[in-house]
Parts: sequence; C-alpha cells; structure tokens
Amino acid sequence: MFGLSKRDAGLLFVVALLCLFAPFILNPFPEGSAMAQFNGGYPDLMQRLVIFGIFAIGFNILFGLTGYLSFGHAAFLGVGSYAAIWMMKLLTMNVIPAIMVSVLVAGLFSLLVGWISLRRSGIYFSILTLAFAQMSYALAYSVLTPITGGETGLQPKHTDPRILDGALPAGQSPRANLFGLDMKASTQLQLGDWVFTFNAGYYIAAAIMLVAFYLSIRIFRSPLGMMLRAVKSNQQRMNYTGLNSKPYTLAAFVISGMYAGLAGGLLVAMDTQVGAERMFWTASGEVVLMTILGGAGTLIGPILGAGFIKYMENIVSKINDNVLHGWFSFMPDGIENFMVTIIHPFVGKGWHLTLGLLFMLVVIFLPGGLVEGGQRIGNLFKRKKADPKSPDGTTTTPAE
Amino acid sequence: MSFSNLTRRGLIKTSAAAGAGLALPTYLSAASHAGYTNAPQGDTVTLGFNVPQSGPYADEGADELRAFELAVEHLNGGGDGGMMQTFSSKALNGTGILGKKVEYVTGDTQTKSDAARASAKSMIEKDGAVMISGGSSSGVAVAVQALCQEAGVIFMAGLTHANDTTGKDKRANGFRHFFNSYMSGAALAPILANEYGKDRKAYHLTADYNWGYTTEEAVRSSTEAFGWETVNAVKTPLTQTDFSAYIAPVLQSGADVLVLNHYGGNMVNSLTNAVQFGLRDKMVNGKKFEIVVPLYSELMARGAGANIKGILGSQNWDWKLEDQLGSRYSGTNAFVQSFGTKYGFPPSQAAHTCYVQTMLYADAVTRAGSFNPCAVVEALEGFEFDGMGNGPTLYRADDHQCFKDVVVVKGKENPENEYDLVEIVEVTPADQVTYAPDHEQFAGGSLGSCNAGA
Repeated sequence: MFGLSKRDAGLLFVVALLCLFAPFILNPFPEGSAMAQFNGGYPDLMQRLVIFGIFAIGFNILFGLTGYLSFGHAAFLGVGSYAAIWMMKLLTMNVIPAIMVSVLVAGLFSLLVGWISLRRSGIYFSILTLAFAQMSYALAYSVLTPITGGETGLQPKHTDPRILDGALPAGQSPRANLFGLDMKASTQLQLGDWVFTFNAGYYIAAAIMLVAFYLSIRIFRSPLGMMLRAVKSNQQRMNYTGLNSKPYTLAAFVISGMYAGLAGGLLVAMDTQVGAERMFWTASGEVVLMTILGGAGTLIGPILGAGFIKYMENIVSKINDNVLHGWFSFMPDGIENFMVTIIHPFVGKGWHLTLGLLFMLVVIFLPGGLVEGGQRIGNLFKRKKADPKSPDGTTTTPAE
Repeated sequence: MSFSNLTRRGLIKTSAAAGAGLALPTYLSAASHAGYTNAPQGDTVTLGFNVPQSGPYADEGADELRAFELAVEHLNGGGDGGMMQTFSSKALNGTGILGKKVEYVTGDTQTKSDAARASAKSMIEKDGAVMISGGSSSGVAVAVQALCQEAGVIFMAGLTHANDTTGKDKRANGFRHFFNSYMSGAALAPILANEYGKDRKAYHLTADYNWGYTTEEAVRSSTEAFGWETVNAVKTPLTQTDFSAYIAPVLQSGADVLVLNHYGGNMVNSLTNAVQFGLRDKMVNGKKFEIVVPLYSELMARGAGANIKGILGSQNWDWKLEDQLGSRYSGTNAFVQSFGTKYGFPPSQAAHTCYVQTMLYADAVTRAGSFNPCAVVEALEGFEFDGMGNGPTLYRADDHQCFKDVVVVKGKENPENEYDLVEIVEVTPADQVTYAPDHEQFAGGSLGSCNAGA
C-alpha cells in the first residue's frame, strides 16, 4: 500500500491508529482519581507530542541516516515559527499559508546554513551548526527585536493588518483556523468517570505528522536513503569511488531543516505565539535527546522519544509536594513525610533529574533506544512461540 | 525509479483513508459550554500558579510560590488571615472564594515563554484553572497574558517590570500590580537630582532585550528632564558575565554617573565589576562618581554583597515599609508576620506582589459575585483599595496597571542580617509616577475587550 513494503505499511498503520486513539490512550485514568495526574490527553500536550514527533522525524533523516550530528536544529524550528506568525499577522489567520511559508523559509535558511556547515564533518560540523543556532537566537532575542519582538516574542493582535481576513467582530481576538475551523475547537466525550477530549488542532497536526512520517519512510527506503547510509558508514570510501557526497548530505540537511520548519509552523498554528527561547541551544539539544532516546536511525524511534520527553516535561514537572502528600496520605505521618522527602527531588522542578537518569539507563542498557527495548520484548515472545517444544521453555542464545 | 504500484484496490483504500481524514475535523465542533471557560464545578475552585522553578529566577519563583501557598491558606480560613485583616475591602471572610474552597496547581515557567505557555495551557485545559498568576520576567508575562486572553481566563501578573506588559502588549484579561520601568525612572529622577546634583553626565549600560530598552528609555527621559546629560548608552548581551570590557570605556567618556539597566545575575556581575574597577572612588568633573541600579531586588542585593552599599535603586515594596514610614503602608506588617511565622524569614517584593494579586482576584470575584472573567475585569477596573502594604492604590481601567507609591532604596552600609540589606531612602508618591494612558513609552497597544471563552 502507498508504495510501501508490507512491514512499513504495517508500521504506518500502527502509528495512524495511535494518533487516532491518542485521546483514549493518553487518558487512562478516571477524572478526579489520584492517578489523574498522569493523564496526558489534553489538547496542548497531544499537539506537542505530534509536533515534536515531526521535528524528531526530520532530525532523524539527517542524524539517523548520514550520521551528521547537527546541534542547531532549533534554529530552523524558530525561523519557521517566525515566518508563520508573520503570515498570520500580515496575511490571514488561516494556518495553510503560515505552514507552507514556514517550511519554505526554513528550507532556504537551512540551505544557507548547510552550504557552509557541510564543508566540515564530525565535531566541526556540530560546532558550526551550534554557532549558527546561537547566532540566530541572539539575533532574535535582541538585535532583530523590531522583527522578532525580542524577549516578549510575537503574538497576533487585533490591530494587525491581515489583508485576506475581514475585520474581526468586536471583542474577538484573532484565532488560528483552517477555513473557519478553530484550532482550539474541542469536543468532549464523557464515559462514566472518564473524560476524553478530541481537539481539531490535534487531529490536523496528527494528519500532517502521518504524511511527514510516510515521506520519511519513503526517503529511508529510496536510493537517496541508501546513499545517505553510505555516507554514514564510510564517507571517505564513497569519495574515493568518485561520488560527490556533498549534494546528498546537503539534500538531507535541507529536508530535515524543512521538517523542523514544518514543526515550527505547526507550533504557531496550534498556539499563536513565538519566543526566541525556541531557538536556544537547549532546544537543539532536546531534539538530539529525543532521537537517541527513541532510537536513532529507526523509523518510529524519534516519535517515541519526542513523546517520552514532552510527556515527562509536562506531567512530571507539575507534581508538587501537595500532590505527593495526597498520594501518601494513607500512610502514617512520619512515613508519609519521609516518602515525600525522598520523591521530592525527582518531581516538580526536578523533572530534569528524572529525565537525565532515565536517559542514562536507556543509553547504558538499551543503546538502540526505546525501539531496542520494544524489539527485545518482542523477541522474548517470538522465541517462545517458535520453540514451544523446548523442555524448559528457554533457548540458547547464539553468540553474536 | 518509481515506487508506485497503483492497483484498483490500493486506490480505493487510499481514497477511503484520505476521505476519512478530511471528514474527521468537520464533526469536531467547539464544545458548547454555557457561560465561560472553566466555570468551577462542585465546591472547589482551582487557581494556577505558574512560576519559574528552574533557570535564572528560580529563587524568586520559590518565594512567589510560598506567597501563593500562604494566600490560599488565608483565603481558606487558615493561619492568621494576613492582609485580609487590613485590606480596605471586607468582602473576603476566610471561607474560600464565593464559598468554594480554593485549590491550586503549580507549574514551571523555566523563564521561557514557550514552557510558560505550555504549563499555563495544561493548567487551563487539564486542571480547569480559572485564573493564572505568577512569573518573574516580562517575556513570560506577555506570552502568558496573551494566552489567557485567548483562552478566556484571568491573568494576574507576578513580577514583570517592562512597560510593555501594560503598554504595547496589554490585554483586557491581564492585570499588573507590580510597578514598571517608567515608574522607576520617574521615582528615581528627583531623588537622584537631589542627592547627586542636576548637572550630571550619565553613562548607561543596558541589557540587550525589551526590559532593558524600556528601563533605559524611562530613566533617560526622566533624568534628562532634571537637566542630566546622557553621554552614551551601550547595550550588553544578556549572557555576558564579565563586564570589564564595558566598564573600561566609562572612565574615558567623561561621565560621572553609571546607570546599570541590568537585572538578576547581569546586575550582580556588572555592579561587582564596576566596583572592582574602583569607579566609586573616582572623582570626575570635580564630583564623586556614582552608580545607579533602577530596579532593585533583595535577592540581587544578596548576590552583590558588599558592593551594593550606598547604591540607589527603586522597589515595588519593602518588608520594612510600615515599621519605618508608618501606618500609611498598613498591611505590610501583617503580611511579613504571617509569612515570617510560616517560613522563618521576611518575604521578597516578588512574594508580596503575588500574594496581593491573589487576594485582589479573590476579592474581585467575591464583589462581582461570579467567576466569569468579564465580571472580574469589571470589578477590578478602576478599583481603589488600601491596606495591602503599598498605601492607597488604584487599578487603572485604561491599562490595568496599579498606581501606587514607589520605594526608593539604597544599599545599607551596615546590614544587621542577611535580610536587611537595603534601607529606604524615600517614597515617591503615586501622583508623581502616574502617566497618561497614551504616554509615548506605552503607545501602540490596546486592551481589546474581555474574553470569557467558551
């Protein structure tokens, strides 16, 4: 189907199902219960999960395939966002032009950055991209304040020109929409104690992510993908055989820059504001973490990694001492306070610490990321099925 | 090379999937709640406290959170009631807000507008918060204020000092109790002219972002009105930690006053550099060289240590106000006492403004008799109150900015303890720092009208 092998089509189908039923999957706990703290099925987080999924998919095309570690991808995300918000300020609140222009502008910017940075490889390439990203951040934060709004960023205002839209009705603030369908429009389904929220913006972002994911599968399986893998395995040998690898790496760089721009444009479409922090080097580092955590070079890994990190950031950071006391209130006072003291450093503002620990565990025990974890579990079951007659249910593992 | 293996079955499947995808959004229409966003259900109401818990302003965030917890305790009838005893409006009675028990959720802004908005959105969408408060920088305040306007909840700004929050980026659903750059300039200028004379030459070092710009502009125009001359104004990168390269040219410029439009770690570092260069021992143009820091905070004073001694600046509030200047500033002692009893040290101005904002919100809801944001906006606009530690105060309807006295302070020569680092020089009365709503430093924005959301 869609020119994909059966296996890849299956993967795409699974991702599509996950996206479609995310409001259910992310809201497993009934409203009002103590575990409701861990529910992630509200529009903003769901949107972020898929948008950063796109960002990581794009990053993986560069890093996973060619091995070029860009440390400045947040710059393309930021440039895309600024382009999108200006479209919304000048042209229309419809998200279509905003998203298209954000991809285009990020593509052009990545062409420029890639043209220069790809003259070097390895650590020098990483440092060059990092320098570009920090430069963009500094420009956006201060020098270019008239265009970027500097520290306070940009938001659409009801005084903006917006030449394609009619005048706003009195008392209405401009809202991002798709031909009239408000991105914030949600409908709720109540089943007993469970409340599930279906948000228009989320489904649009999810549909775009599926397209982006499909394209990335096609790129992975194409001759271009093969060429990019060759760059990763031995670029020197490739050059000696008379192939010029630069056009290929540049293509990968621009494609992944456009993915980042798409993510940036979608961020603005879902939440109409831009701040320069979006381009800070920690944001570039985050997408590297996402990709490695999920599994660099795998198809679905980056999406998992992005989801994992965004979930941690938004859910764990909101657990405060009050919530902890609520959880352990059934225990005697002394033990309750003790438990709260133990857990306190790992939640709330300590979510970075928890994330760091988990990241270390993954890198040490599952070097292939979450995908490797999934494969190991899968293998466990497969082996048992394949060899049901072995006397004790175990098989010998062949040496690798 | 082609990948298409188009079959009739494949085509039908594809178009069915595409059709389903396109049809999906059309039956998802806006939820049709009556009234307004997050109308409190049951016998509780949820407030969202969004403060920096990590990043450069984490200390201030922690103090803000303490103040919020104290305010919630007082609203629910716990503790000694704090400023509820001195507040001129007697609508609050310690039974929560409109009889509903106050609960709260917290989040980390990380002093990044994206993170702050994500956190605020989860409070609104997931936890059902009907008001968002907190924050320790203007970038975050402006971003979250715009979000609250769109979502239809009230935003009570925490510590935000740039003019833009109630200037070009003001919103109908947002309110600021803290003072701003213009007020700092207007409050400082007469005292600077008094202390240092009217024929001074000033040299500005300005942090290169919005707050720095508005503060420089405010101090510059106010001091120039008193006859000062501005020799030069140099922008410094926000991430700068060593300011020696910026301090050296000051000596050659012929200036005799250095104005540091810096905040937080920037200010601690630049002031330390300036003092190490011996600027304060120099005599220029026959006058003693002076340094001015427009926006002061207790936490910065602690960071700068002995270097802060004798340096002038402005504050929104100080915990010694009522003790030293009398009952005009009533409420101060009540708040300091209940804060001190609970946490063991006096509150910062960030804590004060957050506490007051929460109380003002609760009071406005009670007077309006509804949590509807539009009713709250109406109750707060033009509201005059007293007994919240700043003397008589007005929440101006034109821009949702509080007008009250501004405290001018000076680094103390012989501090008695680590919380007693500044001494109050003078208080500039509110009418001297009041400006027209369409003042040029605040031009370019408009409140719009209140949004009650769904």
